[in-house]
Amino acid sequence: MHRKTEAGVSIGRRHCAELPPWKGPSRLAPLFNPRFHEPAIVKLVAENLVVDRGGRTILDDLSLTAVAGEALILTGPNGAGKTTLLRTLAGFLPQVSGRIRLEGGDAEKIIAEQAHVVGHGNAVKANLTARENLQFWAAFLETEASAARVKTALTHFGLDALDDYPAAYLSAGQKRRLGLARLLVAERPLWFLDEPTMSLDTASTKWLAVAIDAHTANGGLVIAATHLPLGLARARTFDLPGSRTRSAEARS
Amino acid sequence: MSAFWTLVGRDIRLAVREGGALGTALGFFLIVVAMMPLGLGPDLNLLSRIAPGILWIALLLAALLSLGRIFETDYEDGTLDVFATASLPLELIAAAKALAHWLTTGIPLALLAPVLGILLNLDVKTYPVLIGSMLVGTPSVSFLGAIGAALTVKARRGGLLLALIVLPLYVPTLIFGISVISASAGPSGVGSSFLILMAISLISMALGPLAAAAALRIQLQ
Repeated sequence: MHRKTEAGVSIGRRHCAELPPWKGPSRLAPLFNPRFHEPAIVKLVAENLVVDRGGRTILDDLSLTAVAGEALILTGPNGAGKTTLLRTLAGFLPQVSGRIRLEGGDAEKIIAEQAHVVGHGNAVKANLTARENLQFWAAFLETEASAARVKTALTHFGLDALDDYPAAYLSAGQKRRLGLARLLVAERPLWFLDEPTMSLDTASTKWLAVAIDAHTANGGLVIAATHLPLGLARARTFDLPGSRTRSAEARS
Repeated sequence: MSAFWTLVGRDIRLAVREGGALGTALGFFLIVVAMMPLGLGPDLNLLSRIAPGILWIALLLAALLSLGRIFETDYEDGTLDVFATASLPLELIAAAKALAHWLTTGIPLALLAPVLGILLNLDVKTYPVLIGSMLVGTPSVSFLGAIGAALTVKARRGGLLLALIVLPLYVPTLIFGISVISASAGPSGVGSSFLILMAISLISMALGPLAAAAALRIQLQ
């Protein structure tokens, strides 16, 4: 089903059929407490977003709705504004106009405080071991950090054998997996993932897909910019058209 | 508040594991002070008169070397993005990082100062005052320095820019740090200068994190 929005952005709906839908319980099940984010989030809505970067309009009158329980995959050519959109939704970038609102969720927290953001960097310290890196994020992001959670996250991303290794000696893909394991050590309903499959191999990409499916099955919301098909159970793609950027002056 | 101390603990652990940064700062402190007698000649009276000033200036320059690290690595590896999603406000994150910088750089430099005082013929009786003034004054070095570090986090090779931003802010610390030591020889005692130095540090601890966090929010864009 394809349709055009007022903004001229094409929204495609696609259900990937490569993997069967995620069914619990799995080893990830203990991480996802069904009542982890009370009140549950309903949807994230962006209305008529306009975002400028360096004098150029990157996002022009863009509207999107992401519903809890689904993964919204942002696609589009390089420079289409995927990173800009993710950072704007997380509240890092100011918008020129338009509105972002989260329905449901904890009204006392801003969107960023309810979100995991995985950007191009992995937020991994080379002088700490893999386990220490995760333990730090668990204690820093979560009020009740647990060792079991860290262990499950390490195991899920295949890092349990390397947990006492300084992260400096990990390969690029292993560092990426350590960066992604952060998603599992603290419970946050929103996941913003920017090119999460960067330098991941086929098996790790699948582990990531399993984690995303477990999160959406539990009522979480994932927005990911990626080019690789992840084979997700509940995914919808949102295509950002490229080469629509023009100078900010031309808009007015 | 546990997140605050978790971050302080992580930064101390990183500083200890890296080691190089503190070693560089201490080594720089030693070299600058050791070169002064060579440049000024063996006039012991002159050296002991200007010793507090030399020690304080050398300490500020040595601390400046390590300021860039406060936020730079966190920006480069994406840690700053994750900090922005924490429930801990960015102001307290900046405060935690400045506190860790003081614990791992300010205190070691202050403790090394009396050892270097020997090179400058500093009166042994002033050592307790020297250490006291430096321990009380160095928090302002770290907390004001955090402002400059946050402002220059995106600037590649921003070291010189950092010095231009931060050194003028250190002027009150320098003036009262030295006046504590010179007042200790006078009749009025160290009281008032010491209290003003303490006030400067407390003001920096209150305002530095606010300014640093405002700068970091801009860097996130």
